[in-house]
Amino acid sequence: MAKIIYVDHEGTERTVEATNGETVMEAAIKNSIPGIDADCGGACACATCHVYVDDAFMEKVGGQEEMEQSMLDFAENVKPNSRLCCQISVSDDLDGLKVTTPESQH
Amino acid sequence: MDISQSKQICVIGAGQAGAQAIFSLRQGGYEGAIKLIGEEPVPPYQRPPLSKAYMKGEFAEERLFFKPMAWYEDNNVDLILSTRAEAIDRAARRVSIENGGHVDYDALIIATGSRPRTLPVKGADLSGVYDLRSIADVERIKPGMSEGRKMVIIGAGYIGLEAAAVARQMGLEVTVVEMASRVLARVTSPVMSEFYTTEHTAQGVTILTDARLSHLEGQNGQVTEAHLADSTVLPADIVLVGIGILPNEEIAADAGIACNSGIIVDRDTHTNDPRIFAVGDCARRPLVHYGRQGRLESVHNAIEQGKLAAAAILGKPRPAEDCPWFWSDQYDLKLQIAGLSEGYDEIVVRGDPEDRKFAAFYLKNGTLISVDAVNAAPEFLASKKLIIAGVKVAPERLNDTSISMKEIAVTALNG
Repeated sequence: MAKIIYVDHEGTERTVEATNGETVMEAAIKNSIPGIDADCGGACACATCHVYVDDAFMEKVGGQEEMEQSMLDFAENVKPNSRLCCQISVSDDLDGLKVTTPESQH
Repeated sequence: MDISQSKQICVIGAGQAGAQAIFSLRQGGYEGAIKLIGEEPVPPYQRPPLSKAYMKGEFAEERLFFKPMAWYEDNNVDLILSTRAEAIDRAARRVSIENGGHVDYDALIIATGSRPRTLPVKGADLSGVYDLRSIADVERIKPGMSEGRKMVIIGAGYIGLEAAAVARQMGLEVTVVEMASRVLARVTSPVMSEFYTTEHTAQGVTILTDARLSHLEGQNGQVTEAHLADSTVLPADIVLVGIGILPNEEIAADAGIACNSGIIVDRDTHTNDPRIFAVGDCARRPLVHYGRQGRLESVHNAIEQGKLAAAAILGKPRPAEDCPWFWSDQYDLKLQIAGLSEGYDEIVVRGDPEDRKFAAFYLKNGTLISVDAVNAAPEFLASKKLIIAGVKVAPERLNDTSISMKEIAVTALNG
């Protein structure tokens, strides 16, 4: 279990209890977190679950695979801490993870 | 009549499109009653993993569900599951359901989806012959999917080829029987057909094209052989049928709603009854980037039309319509498709299929209308933008891998 904090582009925080093994995207969808569309359901096919990862967790969330990198390359407003959250698996290590959603996923 | 004053909304069909309409209605502030009628015993779930990771046992069932059961309770969505909607009485604004009950509506969303075409041959009703559409289907197929068993797949569309990849990876002996002269003939070009044939063959799948199934034979009610028209006999422990789907439009047609191989809707998903909307696989919709109508069988379409219906009911501005997109996972190949290639007059291939990383672009009068991108996300994403913009793209730039897709897109969009 890990607490994940989703911050929307206006700064509102929503905290969710996520289960180990599910992705940060799935925890968001199940809890109706606004700002994450995840149209493809986590297949890394659509780039609509873009988030900014809190710097303190950049190492813990692991690296990007090539597919994610190239998907992000075409997303809007990409920053060095951009990730597709369908590619981040929840574990105890991520307890307290804070991710911020962009204004739009399209 | 002001549809935005609706107090009770009924949704027929608990697939992705119906579910999305409900999520968007609640997200958009709708506070009235919502009743969702679904034939399956479970709440809405995503179907794409069924022929991919879920079939392989690499994806837990609970991850298929869009929302936990508690969400529907918390959001006052009444799930009427394991229940078939029987008929729509438009004058009374009432949907009758099996076992004599009914659901009244101010607005009705038809999201009945589609059903697999059935095999019109002798032996199609034998045990061991399966469709692949629902969780229940996979649960029936999976126990028989052990190493060394023989699976015959009828139809080399995306479902058939995805299942072939999974079965092969699980060690089954797999033969795919396709009536057309190449795999994926209905949906893509010869370039892609050849690539996927080569790939599956290298993985040990036997692909038979121009092959017509004659009938299935069995023993004690269990399928044992597939017989082809040319007298070939294929031993079979499992026969999987993936020969396309048919829209579930009958409930609408019977109520006098206009249908033509799909329930006819406008851009806002209205049918010809102002209180009735249709979304997803069952709807024939305007394809705004292509100037024609069509039915789309895809996640993108289900989500988009669910959102369009919710916006129309709530009186909100129409969300932008994306270009159609699809994906297919086979082995370690991720195919991403943007647009519709029908009617192309030129194909440009970028990269080398032998590298298992390439794209086929489809142009019509110099305008990009579609792309098939294999392990090539930049080609897919750049093409989406170009297709929506409807701009001309120079073929000699598209097949020049020294120019990045980003640069190609920027030049074309500003040109």
